[in-house]
Amino acid sequence: MKELVVISGKGGTGKTSIVAAFAALAASKVMADCDVDAADLHLVLDPHIRQCETFTGGSVARIKIDICERCDVCRNLCRFDAIDRNFKVDEIACEGCGVCHDVCPCGAVELVTKTAGEWYISDTRQGVMVHAKLGIAEENSGKLVSLVRSQARRIAEENDLELVIIDGSPGIGCPVIASMTGVDLVLAVTEPTLSGIHDLERVAGLGKHFGSRMVVCVNKWDINPEMTERIVNWCSSEGIAVVGKVSFDSIVTKAQIAGVSVIEYSSGNAAMEIKRMWLCIAREMELKNIA
Amino acid sequence: MNEGTIIAIASGKGGTGKTTVAVNMAAALSRASISVRLMDCDVEEPNAHIFLQPIMTSREGAFVSVPVVDEEKCDGCGRCGEACRFSAIVALGAKAITFPALCHSCGGCIMACPKKAITESSREIGLIEKGTSQGIEFIHGYLKIGEAMSPPLIRAVKKQAAYDGVTIIDAPPGTSCPVIQAIRGSDYVILVTEPTPFGLHDLDLAVETVRQLGIPCGVVVNRVGMGDARTHDYCAVNDIPIIGEIRDDRRIAEAYSRGELIIDALPHLQEEFLGIMTRAKTGMRKKERKGELL
Repeated sequence: MKELVVISGKGGTGKTSIVAAFAALAASKVMADCDVDAADLHLVLDPHIRQCETFTGGSVARIKIDICERCDVCRNLCRFDAIDRNFKVDEIACEGCGVCHDVCPCGAVELVTKTAGEWYISDTRQGVMVHAKLGIAEENSGKLVSLVRSQARRIAEENDLELVIIDGSPGIGCPVIASMTGVDLVLAVTEPTLSGIHDLERVAGLGKHFGSRMVVCVNKWDINPEMTERIVNWCSSEGIAVVGKVSFDSIVTKAQIAGVSVIEYSSGNAAMEIKRMWLCIAREMELKNIA
Repeated sequence: MNEGTIIAIASGKGGTGKTTVAVNMAAALSRASISVRLMDCDVEEPNAHIFLQPIMTSREGAFVSVPVVDEEKCDGCGRCGEACRFSAIVALGAKAITFPALCHSCGGCIMACPKKAITESSREIGLIEKGTSQGIEFIHGYLKIGEAMSPPLIRAVKKQAAYDGVTIIDAPPGTSCPVIQAIRGSDYVILVTEPTPFGLHDLDLAVETVRQLGIPCGVVVNRVGMGDARTHDYCAVNDIPIIGEIRDDRRIAEAYSRGELIIDALPHLQEEFLGIMTRAKTGMRKKERKGELL
């Protein structure tokens, strides 16, 4: 079993559209949507939820007002300014560190475990998908990402499936790190803009930091061919292979509106380019079941 | 807190045009002789400087506190590990060892140690740079590559300003803790979206996020014409004002790709951005900011 993660640094470069296309192209796979705070893959794969579980993240402090003697010890020691003058805890500011609980002389503080989201195992027309919904304003997205990934791996192993395709999140922080550590291949999707290049360099730095093998896709390459060339040159100087250049094509949005992948929607340019990229990745990962 | 106005630019989905709105609005205000500050709080992937090319006047490290164990004093009792809810310190064998990347800097272990063997030192998690561009006061943070937690750096960036005049905060994408850290304390949130199913789905999440914080918001629909009408319908049904529209235009995409301001490429947009600001101000709540800014 192997894992492929699609990330981008910059948001909106086309990660999810590409993952949805790979889902239609790969033969033996499980999908894992690890962009848990703004998950979109389900909009294309139309999952039928088979199993739904709650995700408990960290905890928050609650102060029992009838026991509290208003001594201010907790307020003085809380580093997150999460306790107000009336000894009410701001649950969004509270990090669940428990300092207030530990120092309260009258035992007025309890730590309550928070339900921080849900995760699902679903059937889709392209196979099984594991996905999640992090509660609004919640922490611990990295933990939920790890959970989604491990469930997808388990399902792949139990069903003798060859590949887990992971849809990652933008940025370089905790959910991205949790989605990419230890995978077999990272596909970084970028676009030919100065922002795209800037963010690609950071994401490539992250890949290096964690010793991940990385390849690059330049999406909407023809928006600025000069910039695309710059990316290709930069990648070659860094020893990173560019496995695909995908044209700017309005069918990508049309497919999204129709709720299907580009591959299912059209056999135009962008679809063909993604197909070629997929074959290149399958070779790179030495997959046996290439659709 | 003084008389300033703070407007955060956010979106659930990435790549919808947050930075485009933030930098062009800042430049439009500055050109209209309004005092403005731009704070790029997307510290994982900051991009605003690409468009504004600020001349930086200061650059300093941003630090978080982490525990240091004095091995002479530590007797390995393990109280620190019991107090830490983040597994950032544990007693292994005879001594406590720390995992700084997991630490939330709460100070719990220091209080728990009966031998007073733990003190704090600081660990660099990123950089903060300040400068000016076209009369705009510019501040941004850069998270060090490999660091998992951006909220402490976002908090540090937000501590850099006086908050007089207009402050525009460019927030990171998503709906979780980094976004909350960036937008809390704002007077108004502008949610930038695009009229596609992904854009709409994530806009809905972003609206929920902003409402949970009790901040008024309005929507700027970017790339109008590329998708369908569902986003407009959604805003109408949910009573969310659309305070701006930017048409889908290849000239905008090309100017963006070169790192140019779109108000330079299409000068009529100067008025559009001033209009967005005016409409945002109309929707703003009166001065009684709820909770802490930072």
